[in-house]
Amino acid sequence: MTEAAIVVEGLSKRYGDLQAVREVSFEVAAGETFGFLGPNGAGKSTTISMLCTLSAPSGGRASVAGFDVVSARAEVRRRIGLVFQDTTLDDYLTAAENLRFHAELYGVPRGAVGARMAQVLEMVGLAERRDSLVRTFSGGMKRRLEIARGLLHSPRVLFLDEPTVGLDPQTRAHIWSYINQLKDKERITMFLTTHYMDEAEYCDRIAIIDHGTLVAVDTPEALKASVGQDRVELVTDDDQAAIRALGERFALEAKLSEGAVTVHVPSGAEFVPRLFAGLEVPVRSVKVARPTLDDVFMTYTGRTIRDAEAGAADRLRASPWMRARRRP
Amino acid sequence: MTSVVVEPAPTRVAGGRLADDARALRVVWKRELIRFGRNRLRIVTALVQPVLFLFILGTGLSPILTAGGGFSFRTFMFPGVVAMTVLFTSIFSAISIVWDREFGFLREMLVAPVHRWSLVLGKCLGGATVATIQGAIMLALAGAVGVPYSPPMLAAMVGEMALTAFALTAFGVLVASRMAQVESFQVVTQFFVLPMFFLSGAVFPLSHLPTWLGVLAKVDPLTYAVDPLRRAVFAHVRLPPALAHTLDPGVTWAGWRLPVGLELAMVAAAALAMLLVAVGQFSRPD
Repeated sequence: MTEAAIVVEGLSKRYGDLQAVREVSFEVAAGETFGFLGPNGAGKSTTISMLCTLSAPSGGRASVAGFDVVSARAEVRRRIGLVFQDTTLDDYLTAAENLRFHAELYGVPRGAVGARMAQVLEMVGLAERRDSLVRTFSGGMKRRLEIARGLLHSPRVLFLDEPTVGLDPQTRAHIWSYINQLKDKERITMFLTTHYMDEAEYCDRIAIIDHGTLVAVDTPEALKASVGQDRVELVTDDDQAAIRALGERFALEAKLSEGAVTVHVPSGAEFVPRLFAGLEVPVRSVKVARPTLDDVFMTYTGRTIRDAEAGAADRLRASPWMRARRRP
Repeated sequence: MTSVVVEPAPTRVAGGRLADDARALRVVWKRELIRFGRNRLRIVTALVQPVLFLFILGTGLSPILTAGGGFSFRTFMFPGVVAMTVLFTSIFSAISIVWDREFGFLREMLVAPVHRWSLVLGKCLGGATVATIQGAIMLALAGAVGVPYSPPMLAAMVGEMALTAFALTAFGVLVASRMAQVESFQVVTQFFVLPMFFLSGAVFPLSHLPTWLGVLAKVDPLTYAVDPLRRAVFAHVRLPPALAHTLDPGVTWAGWRLPVGLELAMVAAAALAMLLVAVGQFSRPD
């Protein structure tokens, strides 16, 4: 029986005038690792909090582990594990005390608590620190402990909201090695959000969300294949002239992205010699890349995820609320 | 990395929901005790203020307030500072919910598949237990201020402290449920805790007061918690009847002195009312 772990139909969330999530629909199969990819403010966290029963949808419906997130909240909560963006550990308790607290709240059978605690601590490499106070832990250790805690009650679905945000690259890689092991060891469905492209690669399937709308859902490979074109990035002395020339001579729509003139062509290697023959603007460097998830994101949303985030930050700065707060 | 094969934990035994809530309540209560026991400095710090009141203020006021009779004003103040200890510890424990919110731990509790009343009741019982223990430490000073270590008196006082502590913790949890920032704690202290303390008869007898002050004292709920403590102490110290009447006038309504049982029933009713409102606050949908 392959029952879907998560079923979402026309899910929406509205905060006053702001439509944070617009009629999103998708399914996640049992055992799948499903990634929600999008810039900050795209509706990732809002969707995850509706699926975790933490906020009520304004429209549509969703079920997790077979239970409706509105009418069977407690049943859903019992079957899901949560790892939040911000830490939710008690710093003044030890790792073991934090876990035991969780086990009691989630009704883990008393006889099983000790063994299960040892298992999850071992899995995230914190067995030796079980009796240390959490406030002596580094950011990465805390995140690992939260993952262990999210698994303690053997949930059917583990939700990870930006599991590596705010961690250094080395620690991020470390966390991901634990998550990947987890996929092998526990038959568990994982739903995670991220705005790191490289992390999305670890997912079985990815949903790209932008402005509250799902723009694409597929495997990372299929998404990259759907773009089907290489990306050529040029650093030139006169970007505007280069963009004009690319349009006139090669009929290519070039964009300025992160300081480089970017075009998409079927075969980058063959394009470069023609480019040099036909372009009069001095070129300082050229980079040809196979499609990445960045390109996928750009294809579906018209901009890179970093540009999207910069835009979101500008909107925030432009809002009177932020300005009011910044006034001395 | 060693290889660990993780079997899914056994399916939950089909325990009743009430059993789940009871486990949640117990672990929330236990967390308060663990945190209290771990913070020795806080235990000592919480004793400083009452000890200052008792030995500095009590001794300083003694010569002018108790003319002879071999009676020290410190004896009068003793039940007052015990109440003070319970008051401050209870409110402080309850307000820690705001810290829990700030540091995210509240979320871990609120998303759990248990009824919110179990979390609130666990928090109130935990805070009350901690405050009662802190108050009991103050009771150890009885001998130093001329109060005998009488087991029935001590037992009565511990019981009264526990009830008072529960009511105050419930009040604190209720306030904390509406409090967004830790900074608001100062506001609560200045506008609720200190007025409640000064009007309760903890530091001066509620006899021969101007009308306005007497009325305010009777409005203060803490008054009905301090009086039983004072009566328990005065039943075990010997002093001239006139002086006893001045220092231990009790709480009177139109000349009728309220019995201890009624005072405690009022404290219990207030505790229940505040607990119910606090549960209501935390049970609202997110």
